[in-house]
Amino acid sequence: MDVPSASNTQRGGEPLPPERAALARGRGARDHLSTARAVAVVSFPGSNCDADATHALAAVLGAPVRAVWHDETDLSGALAVVLPGGFSFGDYLRGGALAAHSPVMRAVADFARRGGPVLGICNGFQVLTEAGLLPGQLARNRSLGFECRDVHLRVERAAAPFTGRLAVGQVLRLPIAHGEGAYRADEDTLDRLEGEGLVAFRYCDADGNVTADANVNGSARGIAGVVNAAGNVMGMMPHPERAVEPLLGYEDGRLILGSLLDAVAAAAA
Amino acid sequence: MSARAAGSSLRERAGEFGLTRAEYDLVVERLGREPNVTEAGVFGALWSEHCGYKNSKPLLRRLPTQGPQVVQGPGENAGVVDLGEGWAVAFKMESHNHPSAVEPVQGAATGVGGILRDIFAMGARPIAVLDSLRFGELTSPRSRHLLAGVVAGIASYGNAVGVPTVGGEVEVNPCYEENPLVNVMAVGLMRRDALRKGTVGEVGNRLYYVGSKTGRDGLGGAVFASADLSAASEADRPAVQVGDPFMEKLLLEACLEAMEEDLVAGVQDMGAAGLSSSVAEMAYRAGQGVDLHLDRVPRREAGMTPLEVMLSESQERMMLTARPGKEEELKALFARYGLDAVEVGVVRDHGELRLVDAGVVVAAMPVRALNEPPTYVREGVEDPAARAARERDLTGLRPVPDPAAALLALLAAPAVASKEPVYRRFDHQVMTNTVVLPGQADAAVLRVKGTALGIAATVDCNSRYVWLDPRLGAAHAVAEAARNLSCVGAEPLGVTDNLNFGNPTDPAVYHQLEESVAGIAEACLALGTPVTGGNVSLYNQYVEGGAVRAVHPTPTIGMVGVLRDVTRRATQGLKRDGDVLVLLGGGEPTLGGSEYLYRLHGLEAGAPPALDLAAEAALYAAVRGLVAAGVVDTAHDVSVGGLAVCLAEMALTGGRGLTATVPAGAGTGRDVALFGESAGRVVVAVTPEAAGDVEAACVAARVPTARLGASGGDRLVLGVGREERVVDVALAAMSAAWTRTFAEALG
Repeated sequence: MDVPSASNTQRGGEPLPPERAALARGRGARDHLSTARAVAVVSFPGSNCDADATHALAAVLGAPVRAVWHDETDLSGALAVVLPGGFSFGDYLRGGALAAHSPVMRAVADFARRGGPVLGICNGFQVLTEAGLLPGQLARNRSLGFECRDVHLRVERAAAPFTGRLAVGQVLRLPIAHGEGAYRADEDTLDRLEGEGLVAFRYCDADGNVTADANVNGSARGIAGVVNAAGNVMGMMPHPERAVEPLLGYEDGRLILGSLLDAVAAAAA
Repeated sequence: MSARAAGSSLRERAGEFGLTRAEYDLVVERLGREPNVTEAGVFGALWSEHCGYKNSKPLLRRLPTQGPQVVQGPGENAGVVDLGEGWAVAFKMESHNHPSAVEPVQGAATGVGGILRDIFAMGARPIAVLDSLRFGELTSPRSRHLLAGVVAGIASYGNAVGVPTVGGEVEVNPCYEENPLVNVMAVGLMRRDALRKGTVGEVGNRLYYVGSKTGRDGLGGAVFASADLSAASEADRPAVQVGDPFMEKLLLEACLEAMEEDLVAGVQDMGAAGLSSSVAEMAYRAGQGVDLHLDRVPRREAGMTPLEVMLSESQERMMLTARPGKEEELKALFARYGLDAVEVGVVRDHGELRLVDAGVVVAAMPVRALNEPPTYVREGVEDPAARAARERDLTGLRPVPDPAAALLALLAAPAVASKEPVYRRFDHQVMTNTVVLPGQADAAVLRVKGTALGIAATVDCNSRYVWLDPRLGAAHAVAEAARNLSCVGAEPLGVTDNLNFGNPTDPAVYHQLEESVAGIAEACLALGTPVTGGNVSLYNQYVEGGAVRAVHPTPTIGMVGVLRDVTRRATQGLKRDGDVLVLLGGGEPTLGGSEYLYRLHGLEAGAPPALDLAAEAALYAAVRGLVAAGVVDTAHDVSVGGLAVCLAEMALTGGRGLTATVPAGAGTGRDVALFGESAGRVVVAVTPEAAGDVEAACVAARVPTARLGASGGDRLVLGVGREERVVDVALAAMSAAWTRTFAEALG
């Protein structure tokens, strides 16, 4: 079956009028809780890319989206889970450290254990490492400051559910916006990630060369995104949800979110 | 001690409350008795320049505020203009100059927080922030420290709240060494019919305090902001508030949801002077009184006096008037966000702000008296130094020996240099509306999701022009903003102004203020851009050993505009080889007040460029029309650094070179042609086929044009009149100069 189509979905499949959609929060008010099958976009207090992820998935790519608040524990009906960017709980301690202990994360862990696709973007990546669903952690950028700019990514893994539309070696252009994005893990873990093909993306130059200069935040081995051993949980620092509309100057994010929706459709078939 | 004796001693202490003795006597007259300490303190805060505009209000009345597009003019938390299709834009600019001078990170961060609250108090969702920043020369360690701190503060707050910082400007001048200027503009999007106001509404309505708890932070900030800075100001560090963007984000979402669910009848930010100003202003707008229960105000610390509670400027607090009958729903909504929502007041018909502490009325002040401070109309006298500088004879000036080197020096000047190291620290894309990113064009452009509409925004002021000629310079700031909007294809809709000046009791400063307001009024009237709100920041001067150093008069102009079709827009970077470069407009370049004169001859002198507002309006309409028609996608205005710098920026932004011949002026030198500044000039780059269309449209609009050359190659090659290759410099060399300054300053 195809992924059910709905535009501007906010509250469990109920489409929002455009004037509401443009101003929409990432999460709806409390009256959703529909168990309609949908991509679950999780909002923690302080998430600020939840509305963007919803817009990209629903309004642009036509997927059904359900808003999930951090204190919910029921993900039944979820086709996939997206943990968006932002500053969950203010990130005053360490990016994602508090959000990882939210009630919803137990449900996300169960969902992942059952093989459901979970995508963490930026702060969502930090939450996934803090929750132990992905190896490693994200440390302060080499510049010690926030970096909002374009990066090029070399695709290192081309497989469902996140990179099925991509080819290894392909170069993507996406924006980043983070202060703590330097991927860190011990050498054994890094060797294992590389050996098992679990590195999804590396920072590169426009021609696909992985260089020190292109490594925008000082990540270990230039890693911009990784998947777990089962391949169904991915974290990435760049923002695919910001890169789905030519009007905004990007399109490559469609390849990643589109891969996810392909996989969701295939699983539902 | 008798009441009379207590009153007499308070009069001696009037200055502690920010009141003159005459003002104190006026308080006694309005009250019909001596005030107590709490009352004197609240009057002092509300009658401060920051809250009461006592020196500026008579002048501000001269500004045009009306227009068919105005939904909300001055007097509310922010102005609102109509965008079309049922949409409206709320926008306002505010300063956080003194806090940033003593604690740049928190000073700037809380500046962002405050202006965002002004926007969502109107019922609008904040969608963009722009910053207008001024420091001393970046060679000074203090200025680099302030720059780095201010940038970090804006980043820490704006990025976390999730509102993109999409544009701004940075100027440097030694006059800002001790007293930097940090002006932040915020833009919000709303349905026109969702407009909210800061009012208490009807008698019987309940007031709810929401957000952070009240502490001693920011105590007396409004008074602090209304006095001269000095070395002793460091001791006022506690008057600087600390920001919590996480709390702001929750407050923003909760308030917008409460308004959307129609649970509130009025909304007001607790900004300068905290509870005092928010409740007094809300009551004043409704013509009502309020009983305010101080003992119910959520506190962060024990032992605060009533006056401390009233003047605290703790951040992330709002005052809401509940819709009658919706109080419980309102509390439940805020509880869901983990926020306090406490009933602290009730609306009464007694016309007073009555403060009640544990059942005892500790202060009772007429709401009208609080909100109607005395105003002062002073005698302004032109600063003789500025006049002498303006009238200085520049005819004997020697041209620079190497124009290419001069161009590189100007590209490295902070006013011109790439701000990429600054805006890279700001999330400029969150909310996925930013169509034109920082550094790409003369103004930022945002789309409105679900429509074809675009919103353009810019902040501008050339403070050197204003210092040399306040009236003309202020008019230039308005014109520059309108020109910037027009260069991206937007029709200007409205203005928010941030008037940064020195101490108004100085006749020279008052003259600058008076003349600047007149200049803004003239330009806004001519260009059809009413002023819908703004901020006045006086006392921007530093006192050291008896010597006073005021900042350049800096009336920063924030302007918003609309693009009917956001896919038809222009940016400044060259996009194709072989495009024809056409100069539009007949502005006459001059070296007076120019960056060239300042950077290469060390002079702030000469008369700023002339400004023909009718010609400006015709030029802007022509440029907008060409962009809207899809003929022009590349446009850049000629401003600081003149035509040579304009062309260099188009080349640098587009990553391709050009060859052009700059018109030689009649009887003026080569350097005037290259680096002279003017109003009324825009360069567009179009395909050869479209060049004729541009010229035909300009003939019809009576806008002069001149073909300058063509894009292509990897060098900037400029001739002047019949003289060829006066400048011939590689793009790489220009880029090195242009990108160096802020990378080093923030490095």
